[in-house]
Amino acid sequence: MAHSTHEIPSTEERFEFKSETKRNLIIAALIGVVMVAIGSFLLSKGWSIGVWESHGGEHAAVGHESAGHGEHGSEHGVTLFARIIANIWMNSVYFLGISIVGAFFIAYNYIAKAGWSSSIKRVAEAMPSFVIVPGLILIILMALPSTRHIVMHWTHDGIMNPSSEHYDKIIAGKAWYLNLPFYFVRLIAYIVVWYFGWKAIRKYSLLEDEMGGLENYYKGRNASKLFMVFFAVTASTSAWDLSMVIDTHWFSTMFGWYHLASWHVAGLATMMLIILLLKDQGYLKIVNESHLHDLGKFIFGFSVFWTYVWFSQYLLIFYANLPEETIYFRERFTGFQGRYWWPFHISLVLNFFFPFLILMARNSKRRPTFLKLGSVSVIIGHWFDFYQMHMPGIAKDQGGIGIIEWGTTLTFASLFIYFVANELSKANLYPKNHPFLEESMHHDI
Amino acid sequence: MADSKYLVGVFDDGDELLHAVEDIRHQGVKIHEAYTPFAIHGLDKALGYSFPRMGVAAFLFGITGTCCALLLTFWTMGVDWPINVGGKNFFPFPTNIPIVFELTVLLAAFGMSFTFFFMEDLGPTSKPIIFDVRSTDDKFVLAIDLAKNKLSENEISKLLKESGASEVNVKEI
Repeated sequence: MAHSTHEIPSTEERFEFKSETKRNLIIAALIGVVMVAIGSFLLSKGWSIGVWESHGGEHAAVGHESAGHGEHGSEHGVTLFARIIANIWMNSVYFLGISIVGAFFIAYNYIAKAGWSSSIKRVAEAMPSFVIVPGLILIILMALPSTRHIVMHWTHDGIMNPSSEHYDKIIAGKAWYLNLPFYFVRLIAYIVVWYFGWKAIRKYSLLEDEMGGLENYYKGRNASKLFMVFFAVTASTSAWDLSMVIDTHWFSTMFGWYHLASWHVAGLATMMLIILLLKDQGYLKIVNESHLHDLGKFIFGFSVFWTYVWFSQYLLIFYANLPEETIYFRERFTGFQGRYWWPFHISLVLNFFFPFLILMARNSKRRPTFLKLGSVSVIIGHWFDFYQMHMPGIAKDQGGIGIIEWGTTLTFASLFIYFVANELSKANLYPKNHPFLEESMHHDI
Repeated sequence: MADSKYLVGVFDDGDELLHAVEDIRHQGVKIHEAYTPFAIHGLDKALGYSFPRMGVAAFLFGITGTCCALLLTFWTMGVDWPINVGGKNFFPFPTNIPIVFELTVLLAAFGMSFTFFFMEDLGPTSKPIIFDVRSTDDKFVLAIDLAKNKLSENEISKLLKESGASEVNVKEI
């Protein structure tokens, strides 16, 4: 009868990462790089194809036509370069978050002794393999003085020196935290500890496949606990270090939560999309409607959580109306000829209203079509969220959304898919000796 | 005066009841209700209940709350007694979001609770029918309305016994 005899599929299943797909992904990544080059070339000639970048483009064109290409041209070259650097920084932070959320997901499911998630565990487990790429890019961007001056205002020479003309008292007051040695210690610690924390969890999970038994499960759980203790602190501090200090004068006590909420829901949506695409290709037969429903609830809940945290931050600043705080939203509403108004509001619609309405009903959380719509909306929406967090501070009036943005994102997304697919193909798609796998197979809500 | 006559099957085990429900319904017998000391997974599906549409009620009550809160804040803050707070508009939208959120949650929660009480006939004045008092302790009870079934009392009684009932009683209400 229907209730008791779920059809139990085989637990042996391998994802095949075809060499053709590998080649296509590498080509896509290269196309992204070429797109950035073309976009930069066109913009430097004053031609603009993207949106919200027209004013900057016209500005450049005027500069070129008025024959003042000596100083003005070089100045414009720097700011266009700033836009490219801003794109790389923004996508690095975004994809770093999506990746590490895989380890975060496993860690909290292990600590909570959750059984249902063991069938989708390998997907989450594959995601953090990408951490190393955006991590290295962030470290390199900070290590090179020319790029770090573009991203981080506080690294400018003399800004903390009282006798310098660039002296800024407010930034100098933060010198105990915002100094290069300490910053590098933190940045490298995030990347290294996150990566090897994930490596440890992954190692015990793979050993479990070979050996069976409970020993590796307990070890994995202890690794998860240690990872979680570190991640609980660094999720906040990395939010300050990677995003908040770009607007060096401004700070918000909600920012750590806001940033983590953004990462988390984007990571969950990515996980959902990977699972659905794998299912479309005939993999992951063990994952049934109820697993999708639970993960869909996660996405729904955390997109509301993101809105809650975002709004709490916004409302306090709006209500208190202190100039040093409202400048942050001033820049995003009317600043820089209003070019960040649309990204800011698109982020709200795609991250809250659309997934809220489309994933509210029980049935829609059980249907792949609706889940795909919701997940794609959340993934794109949080890209816009990170865009409006980073761009006004780095690219300023050179910001826009055009070929450069599409190209950078294409490169990062292709590399991300490459790394995740590669990691997925290394192990069985189910943790076949996981103690909760049987429970997960019968998951029914 | 006995209006209706029920056959009450008493089971010792939850799984037995679950299988009995499936078997008995398979024979075309209509089941009045099953009573168990705790929730049994899959029993609602076995009894053929459709998924409750409580979500629809929640949405309607919630949207009522949203509208009421917007109307309340708009009338009090914007029209009836405008107050200048820090030079903002008289009806600044973000300021009203907390009260809109709270009233949405409040009305949705209360609305769902009272809908549930009303639909399930729970409340101070309702008198629940207890087919077997042991269903609140350690027995699993299945009630079948004889008037609504074509099979005779003996046939259903035999079916219940065959599917594992430890005893079959008759209850007239």
